[in-house]
Amino acid sequence: MRIMLVISNLLIPVTFALILLHGFLKKTNVYENFIEGAKDGLSVVVNILPTIIGLMVAVGILRASGALTLLAGLLAPAAKLIGFPEDVIPLVFMRLVSSSASTGLLLDIFKTYGPDSFVGRLTSVMMSCTETVFYTMSVYFMSVNITKTRYTLSGALLANFAGVAASVWITGYVFGR
Amino acid sequence: MLNYLWCAMILAGIFVAAFTGRMPDVTNAALDSSKEAVTVCLAMLGLVSMWTGLMKVAEKSGLITGMSRRLAPLLRFLFPGLPAKSKALHYIATNLIANALGLGWAATPAGLKAMEELQRLNPRKDTASAPMCMFMIINMSSLQIVTVSVLAYRAQYGSANPSEIIGPGLAATIITTIVGVVYARLREGRNTGGGRCGK
Repeated sequence: MRIMLVISNLLIPVTFALILLHGFLKKTNVYENFIEGAKDGLSVVVNILPTIIGLMVAVGILRASGALTLLAGLLAPAAKLIGFPEDVIPLVFMRLVSSSASTGLLLDIFKTYGPDSFVGRLTSVMMSCTETVFYTMSVYFMSVNITKTRYTLSGALLANFAGVAASVWITGYVFGR
Repeated sequence: MLNYLWCAMILAGIFVAAFTGRMPDVTNAALDSSKEAVTVCLAMLGLVSMWTGLMKVAEKSGLITGMSRRLAPLLRFLFPGLPAKSKALHYIATNLIANALGLGWAATPAGLKAMEELQRLNPRKDTASAPMCMFMIINMSSLQIVTVSVLAYRAQYGSANPSEIIGPGLAATIITTIVGVVYARLREGRNTGGGRCGK
């Protein structure tokens, strides 16, 4: 399983090298294009700033009030049964509904446990293989007026829960618990 | 959706705090969290801009279009019901590539275009066709190569090696996509009468 860590270390430098080489060989102005694109990044972050503020405040209040601990405590027996860290359960469900709210929970987990803990790594992996199913489905299907979505929801949920299970297994396997 | 969710989160927090006697903590949390959100976004700014800059280079050199074109054989396998010349395939390819590269904001417009094209080929306008289900399930199984924002958050919270999760994340995302594709294939096989395209 060392291969996964090798990929982790190589992916960004290799992506850089390939894209720059391709751009250079195609005789485009690589540097100017980079600067132009980096400017787009500015608006991307500025656009999500208000959402992040709103959701981090909400999660912060939930955490400080003890409500999250209470919820985790309620879910603990079920979580123990399947060997899943109970503090991650709220994130699993929130992830299906809202990307920004789940980001709030993710940051809360990083703050509480640290990103290099088992829970921190597990949630990092989970965030890269799950999606806001309900939000995405309503946007896409509503745009073409489809009301009968047949097996889309069950398929998306199945894939997402497979992702959660895979994340637990892979994180434990690669980094240890 | 977020309207209810956001209110419920804050009101639940305040309600619970009233019973646990943690009102002062809630006040502090509200003040600190808003400040922290700004710090997190500032930290994200560098990495996200670097990524969008790099992707602009790939876009301008034609690399992204080239990659979408190379996806054609795979798409023919995933969407056998669609005519090979269909514009939908082009939009689906763009959407999948943009998603894979973590360009969510570029993926959505192409994805909506793809749905529009699929809808034109759809015999039953209120019911999702098999290619639509396949496309949506792949889209939501989140085939992402690098989740740039997660890397930025990890760095911000002091990870010794923020990028160590790229490989495991990639493995997990491949698993979810395979599960989604297999499931969609099995279901569309059983329901051949239900709104299949191109017939």
